[in-house]
Amino acid sequence: MKKISLTIIVFVTVCSVLEAQDKFYTKTGKIFFECTKSPLEKIEATNKSSTCVLDIKTGLLQFAVLMRGFEFQRALMQEHFNENYVESSKFPKSDFKGEISNNNEINYTKDGEYIAKVKGKLQLHGQTQDVDAIGKIIIKQGRVMANARFAILLSDYNIRIPSLVSDKLSNSVNIIIDCNLEPFKD
Amino acid sequence: MKKIILLVAAFYLVTSSMFAQDDLLKQIEDQGKKKEYADYAFKSSRVIMSHSMELLKPGTMDFRILHRFGNVNDGASEFFGLDHATMRMGFDFGITKNLMVGIGRSTNKKEFDGFLKYRFIRQATGPHSVPFSLLAAVGSTLQTLKWSDPSKDYVFPDRLGYYYQIIIGRKFSDRISLQLSPTLLHRNLAPTVNDPNDLYAIGTGGRLKLSKRISLNLDYYYRFNPNTSDGTHNPFSVGFDFETGGHVFQLHFTNAIGMNERIFLTETTNDWAKGDIQFGFNLSRIFQIKKKRLSE
Repeated sequence: MKKISLTIIVFVTVCSVLEAQDKFYTKTGKIFFECTKSPLEKIEATNKSSTCVLDIKTGLLQFAVLMRGFEFQRALMQEHFNENYVESSKFPKSDFKGEISNNNEINYTKDGEYIAKVKGKLQLHGQTQDVDAIGKIIIKQGRVMANARFAILLSDYNIRIPSLVSDKLSNSVNIIIDCNLEPFKD
Repeated sequence: MKKIILLVAAFYLVTSSMFAQDDLLKQIEDQGKKKEYADYAFKSSRVIMSHSMELLKPGTMDFRILHRFGNVNDGASEFFGLDHATMRMGFDFGITKNLMVGIGRSTNKKEFDGFLKYRFIRQATGPHSVPFSLLAAVGSTLQTLKWSDPSKDYVFPDRLGYYYQIIIGRKFSDRISLQLSPTLLHRNLAPTVNDPNDLYAIGTGGRLKLSKRISLNLDYYYRFNPNTSDGTHNPFSVGFDFETGGHVFQLHFTNAIGMNERIFLTETTNDWAKGDIQFGFNLSRIFQIKKKRLSE
């Protein structure tokens, strides 16, 4: 009996160490967005330091991004983005908490491309909304690459477009996510 | 003993499964806070007439057109001063994230001016940060108006003036920013022999943000050793900044004459107490000269 209990302890300890390797993460995930309406003025920005964690066992997927990390081509656009639209001093972070609903269809041990259906809640500008997206998981030599492309509406997140710029700024924002995940070790 | 070991095993099982359901991000993210700079203390690189604690972003050019009209108390026959206007046109450039330069020309005395502004300390929060910004501005002015009395023996350096300014500013909150700017102004030629060539002054500037795109600004200089004879006053301006996407309009009332440091510190003959105030506006338009490269 004693031995069995000890075996359980050892087993659980080993399991919990192994469990850590079920998680993949990055701190340099790329998020690009674009909400151009007029071809004269491109409105787009990139953030190259978003955090992403994926638990391949459960399919749980989470993102976090600092709004001030978005870089625009034009400095003034970046100022207006932070000051007038997303109000990054009040709402410094945006995050997504969700899961890959078809996680059991993805074989993380075999190289290949898999379709991932992602469902979850996106928090932006203090507002939380449900988001659905079809992404792609690419397994290559022990690394996990996660890509997705989806759109959100600024009006869903309480971001108002002043009439003065309504011909330049689209209410619909296209978002492209590109993350290269590596195994997470404690 | 057996029971204890079983209990430990059970406890271990429970906690490890709890761990698995914990917030994934919390396990990854740094516990320590990152250094974060306080940006956008003022909407423009000028409070109204003075240099603000903000700099132009690198790669941008600010085209500034400044107007000051006549005295409001000239009355309806002069359309409350709007019949008379002086202006300054300026081009400012953001060179690096801590350096900007600018040139301008005023119609008053046909005066050119140029300056260089550098930031030594940038206000930030987080580890190893300083809670205020420290900048220095140095500038020079050159009058090109013909001398009023050509019989006198003037030399070229008589046309020159210089100013040196330290700007200490802090963005206290999203709405409130304040700054102090001790200033030394040197004129090669003072109006009379009794007037000092070196003038010492301290400027105070502040803004109160009223909405996302409108702020109330104040700009005042106290002069320690003004000219003795000519009855000049300390310049004080109050106005609103309106941001309209590409432009910032600074609409204000002021007693200051002129739009560079030499003129408004030494030639402000108007007095707020007597109602000698003028309406003025600054128009600032920012152009991106050098675009930042973005990779998708």
